[in-house]
Amino acid sequence: MPDGLVYRGRFPARAEQLKEIRAAVREAALAAGCGEGCAQDMVIAVDEACQNIIRHGYCGDPDGPIELRIERCGATLVFSLFDWAPKVDPAEVRPRDLDDLRPGGLGTHLMRETMDECEFVEPPPGCGNVLRMVKRIQ
Amino acid sequence: MEHAMREEGEVVVVSFSGDVDLEHSPRAREVLLGAVTRGRRLLVDLSAVAYIDSSGVASLVEAFQASRRQGQRFALVSVNAPALRVLELARLDRVFTIYATLAEGLDASA
Repeated sequence: MPDGLVYRGRFPARAEQLKEIRAAVREAALAAGCGEGCAQDMVIAVDEACQNIIRHGYCGDPDGPIELRIERCGATLVFSLFDWAPKVDPAEVRPRDLDDLRPGGLGTHLMRETMDECEFVEPPPGCGNVLRMVKRIQ
Repeated sequence: MEHAMREEGEVVVVSFSGDVDLEHSPRAREVLLGAVTRGRRLLVDLSAVAYIDSSGVASLVEAFQASRRQGQRFALVSVNAPALRVLELARLDRVFTIYATLAEGLDASA
């Protein structure tokens, strides 16, 4: 698989879209040569990130768009998630203390545990947020 | 996501199949909390769960905590590899009681 864009898709910010997003990530991961475990980790990270956009970015607005781009970059896959929701303050995004047993707040932790890099990058003009996640192909 | 609930003696077994994700976790939560109200030991069979995300895990945590408040036991059975991966990442494999099979889970309550 040569370097470059391997997938680009745009979805409405609806929970029922997550299955299709997960399938796209898995397919791209396996096509890039990822093993099952690595592909699964990529699926987990992108799913959790999209959940955050749906729930916290668009606050349940089902018409907000999410754009997923997957790029091959050497020995890594780079996942970029674009949304047009209000700008996130990265300092406010913190994984919670896992010793504090409660139902929610796991998404950010799962993303950071499964991916090698996970950060907000400067969005293009007119765009709300871009989350960039990178993982080495294994 | 599909679910089934049955009673095996003094144990309620809830089985999920398919994806317990953001789309389906509200229903999973409803099913699990309803099972807790039956006042029996609860086993949650995840053998047919293809995918579970943090919202699905949250529903398990909530049911676990509700069970604990009522002095009832709660355990997971037949947690397949993808689900176990998420539980391990969340460090919940150390919190939940997990049995490899439903038979083991039922035997443990006998």
